[in-house]
Amino acid sequence: MTLVAENLTLERGGMRVVERLSAALRPGEITAIVGPNGAGKSSLLLGLAGLLAPAAGQAMLEGAAIGAMAPRARAKAIGYLPQSPDIAWDVAVENLVALGRLPWRDRGVAAIDAAIAALDLEPLRHRPVSCLSGGERARVLLARVLAGEPRWILADEPLAALDLAHQLSLIGHLKLCARRADGQAQGVVVVLHDLAIAMNHADRVLVLKDGGLIADGPPRDALSPEVIAHGWGVTAQWLGDPGRMGLVSGG
Amino acid sequence: MSRASLIFGTLLAVLLPLSLLAGRVWIAPADFGPGNTLLILAELRLPRAVLAVVIGAGLGAAGAAMQGYLRNPLADPGLFGIAPMAALGAVASFWLAPMLPPALAAWSLPVMALTGAALGMAALALIAGRTASDAAGGAGGGIALFTLAGLMLGSLAGAMTALAITLAPSPFALSEIVLWLNGALTDRSWREVMIAAPLTIAGIAVLALAARSLDALTLGEEAARSLGLDPARLLALLVVGVGLTVGAGVAVAGIIGFVGLVVPHLVRPLTDRMPSSLLLPSALAGACLVLAADAIVRALPFVTELRLGIALSLIGAPFFGWLLLRMRRGRL
Repeated sequence: MTLVAENLTLERGGMRVVERLSAALRPGEITAIVGPNGAGKSSLLLGLAGLLAPAAGQAMLEGAAIGAMAPRARAKAIGYLPQSPDIAWDVAVENLVALGRLPWRDRGVAAIDAAIAALDLEPLRHRPVSCLSGGERARVLLARVLAGEPRWILADEPLAALDLAHQLSLIGHLKLCARRADGQAQGVVVVLHDLAIAMNHADRVLVLKDGGLIADGPPRDALSPEVIAHGWGVTAQWLGDPGRMGLVSGG
Repeated sequence: MSRASLIFGTLLAVLLPLSLLAGRVWIAPADFGPGNTLLILAELRLPRAVLAVVIGAGLGAAGAAMQGYLRNPLADPGLFGIAPMAALGAVASFWLAPMLPPALAAWSLPVMALTGAALGMAALALIAGRTASDAAGGAGGGIALFTLAGLMLGSLAGAMTALAITLAPSPFALSEIVLWLNGALTDRSWREVMIAAPLTIAGIAVLALAARSLDALTLGEEAARSLGLDPARLLALLVVGVGLTVGAGVAVAGIIGFVGLVVPHLVRPLTDRMPSSLLLPSALAGACLVLAADAIVRALPFVTELRLGIALSLIGAPFFGWLLLRMRRGRL
């Protein structure tokens, strides 16, 4: 069930954006990918999702190279949520969520209902997406991924543009996916900008800089003040109790 | 069958017999009988009506598919450059025909137009296909490049058509070319139906295969790929489907604009707005629009029949303007 990057090297537009990166990700955990702008976070996520072909090395799902998987089989296993996508047509929430069933080629009523229920979207079910607030929209887009019942959920900055309450609510939904008790625990990989969210809610943090890992481990180790100083060039320190820590930075 | 298909299907079933009555000479149902009336109906008006249905359906479906693919309500099958390429082929045939034996000359126009459409499709697939299949191409590259390649082909074909017009071998050929470029269904027979109908039906069937992929594109290119969409396959389906429908239409009727742009807009509010829900109703609505417009132009009391292509553009351009205004008010 592991999702593995093995010496993964990725290029975009001729530029090397991820360089010989290795990491083995486990289901049942929330893995946060953090790093300064341009570190290659989104590219790494695309590479893990099988949407960006490796220039060298490979991304593997349960021992099989993702690039060699049939697109539909890959789509069933890995759900990918791009960063704030624009929705081209003003469709109803229910129809948008149903797009998650495309790889299965079924109507998937049960899965769609479950996804809508999981994200508390029942009251919005028939509303056109143009009439949603930012927080509702983010939930609908995540529900679309959940409707596909993927083993892995890869989300690129799903919390961007959400207020504090909606950030916590959405990360809570992602936690539920990783903590499912029915033996179907999903793997959650999420690109984050807010280090406090990563510190308080992730099980594991990958810190990226210039396309390489500078730290990988539990949040307290991976997001130590030393790593933050190295990665972002910012002096910072953590305050508060575990699970509710805040970052104070300056200088 | 969706509500929109039902509405436009019913409308088509009503319009088709009605349109047969319309013409320079009105035929009342009471006049039906053996002799000239039947001949006019069976050999003149029926093939013309069927051709209008076929061409309208092709343009409507192609427009709906194009708008879905480009994720833009202002896309038109003409953007593909296939219609201008087909027109260029047809114009070339006006040069070629006098050199051919009469038996071949009769076929040169549709064959050359279809050849032009096929060349346009091949060029598009060559230019845009490379990036569509290249997963490392980056976001947005495929579709943007595709649109630009279509525009490039369209302007090139347009320039060469203009060149062919200025160098026309005779004033007669010149007027033939200019008249033909403004599409019409005047004096078409079952022969044209035989050419256009199979190609258009095949084209719509190909577009129908792309329907679910177009739905996936609602979420953007990367999300669509993550859902298992194969961009190269989608591009191929679209180029072949639009090429067949638009190419067949231009081959028998010349250029008929705006149907592909306008029709999906009329249909969209009646559907759930998913691109796949739009294809069949747009085909039916396109058929209704061209059928009605053709019946009107031939019933108008002008000395020379108003060309269908001109009439539809006269309606279509102001409609396009109205769409732009509505978009500015954010109601699209």
